[in-house]
This record gives sequence, C-alpha cells and structure tokens, in this order.
Amino acid sequence: MPLLSLQNISKSFGTTRAVNDVSLDVSKGEFFGLLGPSGCGKTTTLRMIAGLEQPDTGSIKFDGKDITTLPPERRGFGMVFQNYALFPHLNVFENVAFGLRARRKSKAEMDERVAGALELVQLPGYGKRRVDELSGGQQQRVAIARAIAIEPVLLLFDEPLSNLDVSLREETRGELRELVTRLGLTAVYVTHDQEEAFALCDRISVLVGGTLMQSGQPRELYEQPADISVARFLGRNNLIRSMRLSSSKSSEAEFKTLEGDHTLKFPVNHDELAPLNKPVFLSIRPEHVSLSLQNGRNNNTLTGRIQEIVYGGATSTVRIDANGLLLEALVLQPNGLRVGEECSAVLAPEHLRLLPSE
Amino acid sequence: MAKLASKSSRHRFDTSSLLLILITAVVLLYGVIYPNLSVVTSSLQQSGVWTLANYRGVLSQRIVLESILTSLGVSLATVFLCALVGVPLAFLFERYTFPARRAFAALAALPLVLPPLVGTVAFIFLCGESGILARLIQHLFRLQNSPWSLRGWPALLLFHTYTMYPFFYVFVGAGLRRVDASLAEAARSLGASGSIVLRRVLLPQLTPSLIAAALLTFMISMASFSAPLLFGGNVRVLTLEIFTARQRGDAAMAVTETVILAIISLATLVVFQRYEGTRRFVAAALKGSTRRRQPITSGRLRTVATLLAILFSIVLALPVVTLVLVSFAREGSWTTETLPAAYTTANYLRLFSEPQSSEVFINSLLMSAIAAVAALLWSFCVVTLVVRRSRSDKLKFISQGWRRLLSLLVLVPWALPGTVVAVSVAEAYGKPGLLSGSFVLVGTFWILPVVYFLRFMPLVVRALQASMEQLDPTLEEAAGSLGARAWQRFFRVTLPLVWPGAVAGTLLAFVIALGEYVASVIVFVPANRPISIAIASELRDFNLGAAAAYGVVLIGIIAISMTVAGKLERWRS
Repeated sequence: MPLLSLQNISKSFGTTRAVNDVSLDVSKGEFFGLLGPSGCGKTTTLRMIAGLEQPDTGSIKFDGKDITTLPPERRGFGMVFQNYALFPHLNVFENVAFGLRARRKSKAEMDERVAGALELVQLPGYGKRRVDELSGGQQQRVAIARAIAIEPVLLLFDEPLSNLDVSLREETRGELRELVTRLGLTAVYVTHDQEEAFALCDRISVLVGGTLMQSGQPRELYEQPADISVARFLGRNNLIRSMRLSSSKSSEAEFKTLEGDHTLKFPVNHDELAPLNKPVFLSIRPEHVSLSLQNGRNNNTLTGRIQEIVYGGATSTVRIDANGLLLEALVLQPNGLRVGEECSAVLAPEHLRLLPSE
Repeated sequence: MAKLASKSSRHRFDTSSLLLILITAVVLLYGVIYPNLSVVTSSLQQSGVWTLANYRGVLSQRIVLESILTSLGVSLATVFLCALVGVPLAFLFERYTFPARRAFAALAALPLVLPPLVGTVAFIFLCGESGILARLIQHLFRLQNSPWSLRGWPALLLFHTYTMYPFFYVFVGAGLRRVDASLAEAARSLGASGSIVLRRVLLPQLTPSLIAAALLTFMISMASFSAPLLFGGNVRVLTLEIFTARQRGDAAMAVTETVILAIISLATLVVFQRYEGTRRFVAAALKGSTRRRQPITSGRLRTVATLLAILFSIVLALPVVTLVLVSFAREGSWTTETLPAAYTTANYLRLFSEPQSSEVFINSLLMSAIAAVAALLWSFCVVTLVVRRSRSDKLKFISQGWRRLLSLLVLVPWALPGTVVAVSVAEAYGKPGLLSGSFVLVGTFWILPVVYFLRFMPLVVRALQASMEQLDPTLEEAAGSLGARAWQRFFRVTLPLVWPGAVAGTLLAFVIALGEYVASVIVFVPANRPISIAIASELRDFNLGAAAAYGVVLIGIIAISMTVAGKLERWRS
C-alpha cells in the first residue's frame, strides 16, 4: 500500500485550471519528485498535500486514511518553503523549536531535539543567532532543521534550493538526499530543474499545464518519454516529424521524414506501431547522434551541412541542416568539424524512439 | 449567501469568523452608516414630512452660498500655495545636499503633528496684530499702530500654507525617492536636455504624488475650523457656518450644510483612493537605483541653499518657540512690548495644582486612551476581514468587492470634517432612536470617546493593514505545517510581527485625539471638558500664558508619543 496517494485531484483558481485530474502514489521511504515548467501546477499539488489548499475534487489518502480536508497543523508533515519562511522575530533555536512548542514538548526534550536537528544540518551551536544574520545557505539549513525537528511522517520541499547559487546548490543537494535517506524519511520534492530532480529523486512525476504526463524513474523518463511534452521538457531532444512507410515489417519499422525526405529504420513493438498515413514524432537525443566526415551509406545515415558549432566546454553542440531537417548533435571534441562543411550524421536505431501521437 | 456558501462547501463556517464579521458590521452600522444616514434623512425632512425645503431654504440664503464658495475658494488657493512652497522644497532637499539640509529635513513635518488649535494660538502670538513680529516691526520703525492685522483671507491662507505644505513636501519627496535614476539617465543618453527630462520623464512620474497631495490638502483645508474661527474675520467658511447654526439652535440648517460639506469631502476621498492605487502601481513597476543626493558645488548656490535651509528651519520652529516663550510669561506682563517683560513658572504650576486644570488633562488623556485602545482592538477585526492573507484563507468567501467596500466605509469618518462627524453623531444619538433605543449619548461623558474613536480609528486600521500586507503569508503557512493551531499562529507569529506598526498607529490616533478641538467644541459637556476647550476658554479670558502652557504640555506629550512611534516603525523594518 502506498504511504501517500492522490486520487483524481483537480484544483482551479478562478477560471484557470491549476491542477487537472492528477493521481499519484508515493511509497514509504521514497524520495519523490514533482517536476515541471513554472506554472504547471506542481506547487499547487504540493500545497494540497500539505493541506494549505483544498482540492476542488478528488481525495488525498495518507497511510490509508482520507486526509483531504484535514487542516495542515494536524497532518504532521514537515515543509520546507521556497523562501524558507523563517520567523524573523525568533532566533534559530526558537525557529527550530516552533513545532515542538506547538506540541507542548518538555523543555528537556525540546533542547535535545533542537540540538539534534541543528547537528544534522551541520549548524551546531547556532541556536542563539538571529535568522537575518545567517547566509542564504544557513537559513536554508535552519528551514530544513525546523521541518525535521517535528519528526515528520512526510517531508515536503517546495523548490528549496532555487534561492542558492549554483555551487552551493549542488553541494546542498547531496547533503539533503543523504540526510533524508539516513533518517529514513519519505519526501515529496517540487522543482523545475530537471538535473536537480534526476540527481535527487527515486521517482518523478512530470506535470505540464496542470496535467500529469508521466511518472517513473529518472532514467525511464529520459530514455522513454511517454509523450512529446515530456520529451521536450526533459533535456534537449531532436524531434523528427515522420510518416510510417507501408513497407515496414513488424520487427523493424520504416519511416520517411517529412523534412528532408530521409528514410529511418528501427525496431518497434508491434502494438505501438503508428498508423500508416498520419504524421508522428520520432525522437533522438543529441548525444546519440554521431557525426563523421566520411560519407557513409549505412542505414539511418543522413548527409548534412554544419550550420553552427556552439562550444560548451566539456561538450559542444553541432547544428546540422540535413536537406531541410535540422538536427542537433552533442560531441566531446568538435575536431575537424567546420561550419559550412558537409558531414554525415548517424542516428543509432537503438536510440530512436517513436513518440505516441497526441 | 447561499451561492457563496456552495462555492466553498469544503470550508467550515466557524464561529470566530462569524464573530469578527458581526463586530465589524455592528461598529460600522452604529458608527458610520446610521449617523450619516440620520443627517441625510433629517436634512430631507421638516417636522416629519419628506421635503427638499431645507435645501431650498439653505441655498437661497446668500450667506450660505457664499460660505460654500468661500470654502472651495480657500481650499483651492491653499492647494495652489502649498504646491508652490512644498514642491520646490521637496526638489531642493530630496535631490541635493548642502550644510543645514538635515536641520530643515528634521523639522519639515512639524506642522503636521501640531494640533490645529495649538498651531492657531501660536500663530496669533507670533504673527497677530499684537504678536511678536508685528511689535518688532512697530518698534523698529516707530510706527503708531500695528503694521498689519491677522485677519481674513491672507491670514487664513498663510496659516493653511504653513500647516499643510508638508503634504506636498512629503508626497513629492517620497515620489522623487521612488523615481528610478536610470530613467533620467536613459533620457539623457537619448539626447534629452535637462528641461525635457524634467518635463517628460520626472513630472509624469510625480503626477500621482502631486494629485494625491493636492486632494489631501483640499480635504484638510475644507475641514479647517480653528483658524477660520480665531482669525478668519469676515471669511465665512462652511465649517464655521455649521457651528454657528448649531449655536443659534437652527438644527435644520446645520444638518443641511453638514450634508453639503460631507458630499464635497467624500467625493474628494473617492478620487484620492483611486490615485493612491496608481501611486502603489508606480512604486511596484519601478525597481531600480534611486538617484543619490547631489552635493551643490557652486559656492554661491551653496550659500543660497544653506541660507534657505536655515531660514525655513527658523520659520518652522518659530511658532513653537513663541508658544514656549509665552507659556513662561507672567499674566498681564505682555502688553505693548515686543517680547513679554516678566517670566515665571506660575502658569505651569497652576496647570498642575488647580484641580480644574488637572481634571482637563485627565479627561483628555482618558478619553483619547479609550478611543485609541478601542480603535486598536477593532482594527484587528477589520484588518482580518480586509486583508486577504492567502488563497487558503478561511475568509476567502468574502469577495474582493466586499473587502473594498469595507475599506471605504472605514475611511469615511477620516475623510469627513470633524464638524460633520460631531453633528452626525449628535443628530443620530441626541434623542431616543431606532438603533439606540432609549439611550441618549449626547450630554454624557461617552460622546467624546465615541467621536474620537470614529474620527481616528481609520489611522489605526491603515497602520495595521500596512503591517499585515507586508507580512509574508508563508510564515503563517509554515507555522501551520509545524502544527500550530489558528490561535497559536496568531499569537506566536502574526501578532509579534505586526504589533509595532499597530501600536505606532494607535499612538498617532491617541495624540491627535488629545488635541482634538473641531468636533469637541460641538458636543463636549462639563463632565468631559478636554484640553482644547480649556485652551480656547483661557484665550477668551486673555490668560495667554495659561493657554500657551496647555499647548506646550500638549506638544510635549505628542513629541514623546511620536518618538516612541517612530522607534517602533524603525524597529519593525
């Protein structure tokens, strides 16, 4: 049985549908991500889990009990806010102790648990400090300490790292994941940053425009996007509009690209075979497009002209115009490649995907 | 209501929300709606019959028409003169630095906190025909008679300009601070000259500030009473007409004139509210660097600016200095000399030893405190209803329209001249009535605390509302997620963060009530004689020293309270 279960949740603000019929399950001990572009409804979904918003329809179950209308203070979930929401009139100790005071814990227990929480976020001895004296990273740790001090049954994160600068963000990310695992907590983590979600989460749900597009492990989402919006949102992707040819066999499908008139062959499952005369999207990641200066006549090799080479440090992006079909390839070293020259691009069949038509 | 309820079917309608709505509704009904309606209905009735006869009667009298036109004329002239003084001063002191700038900046808002009656009295001592300045000129040039008399239009406009120019100075100064310096720089880089930058970039951005200041000055000037009473001479303004009509016992005329004055003031309020909105919009749209004050480098200009700053500082401080001086004058010692000839502390000793005078102080302190504390408590009810804390608010079924109406109703007593508030309360609760039953408020001690509460509670509500709107709504949500119940969230998070603003507003209401004269003079009774009435009667008896001493003590209390309020404001931010 899942620990947390959202069933057909919808929520509108005025005429805007913020969350549309979302269902998802989170298992105990899981680090679960809600990923999507801004305004996709991920924060609203998290706020409904926290009890800060009420869904218009649908229900939320926790540990088998319906908690849809339970007020936030009776859920026992810890939440880390995007802006940390530290109480400016209280010092670090009192901030962390806030939830313990609300629970009327004894002084001894409070002292012990606050000290323990501050120890966990590597801020021992910071209790007497004012919160506005702390750096952004330290404030963020206090916010986490405050949420874990109440020993939450579920930990909610609303883009907690978005206010930190890049290097600190990556460092904190690692510590956060380690902390949650060590304490055996279950977490729901909202972010718009794909890299962050992939690095942190066991499982992720991608939300676009209030609708849940796909749930799965990071690798699954990246390699087998269920839908064109997921393919577009998660990393760069070459999306190739094509039509299936009648000559295709059940084991190996043949497609004709609408731009460039190239023929592409790759194996597909029989049941996901596209209809014959309807345009579909094929996708391939730029890192799976390999370039060479020799002319090849192999399968899935397209000849094109190099339009642009964008140097990006460890890797470079090469844009190719293959007879009207624009492709991106990721290469480690753009040695020998020059803008304006011809080259051939190989689209590895094992990395070509057929996206379900919309 | 059924429609509203069905929309939020998942929200429980709890008793505390119901109680808040009930308290707010009752206070607004009894304090704002009913008294103002009573005035309107009485103005439309003659011996129980509905008629327009009162208006026909009033408007056919030359003197009334004249007083309406005079009030409008005085107010428009006041707006013009205040702009003329306040805007250049704001430019000079907000955009440049030079020696003595701080001295003026510190004193600039002084006239705003001076109670109008005390200011008027100080002005008489300073600029009156037997005041210090007139005597000084007379002695210097050995004139037979006083060189001028402080009477009529010039006197009134001079006093209005002195007391109300800070609206322009403060609003335009704040506007200038908000203007993004890079906009002027952008205009310069596009080839605009200094005068074009001023005309096409700076002034358009200051327009909302200018209009807000103009409307506020206009409203306060329409309500002005002490100055026209004491040195208006033949200038008959509407507030004075209402007062004398009541003194004569012509209730119908007083009530009808009150409605006319109220309509003018409320119309101004409505326009003011719209411009206040745009002012906020401008502030929100512009995020950038403020231009730093430029030092004046040219030697001659620097000298002129410094001299101006010193001159204006003296002008601002003189009335208060005069008041202090006269408060130490021995009664009867100041006749034809420039300055009083003999000094004594007797005036103060009398103030604190005579039971009559200490009673006056106790009355004013007690009544102002009652009004201010009531306003503080009540403001929490109103602000909870008006400020939408978050989307998960329990009170979110109250629509935006209702919240706006509520804010407007709260502001009404603030926009209405004190004369109007006093007359309407007297009219509504002067006899047994529909809402009050057999209870008659007029003639009791409680009439003044009630009037003070109504007049000055908008200040407390606005102060608390501002604090509440600045409060980050996620703080309460965080407290909720940590397990704090509604009352714990209020007492442990909201209250500790908003109380400095609320208390600062309460102190402001308290000190303004302490010097209140306009409404007090209409409804006071021997049992609740406040300080202002004592000052006026000392002045009538030519006990100038005593009148001044009252004024100085009042200013002292105000200064202390304002310092505390200022500290609280700073502490909050």
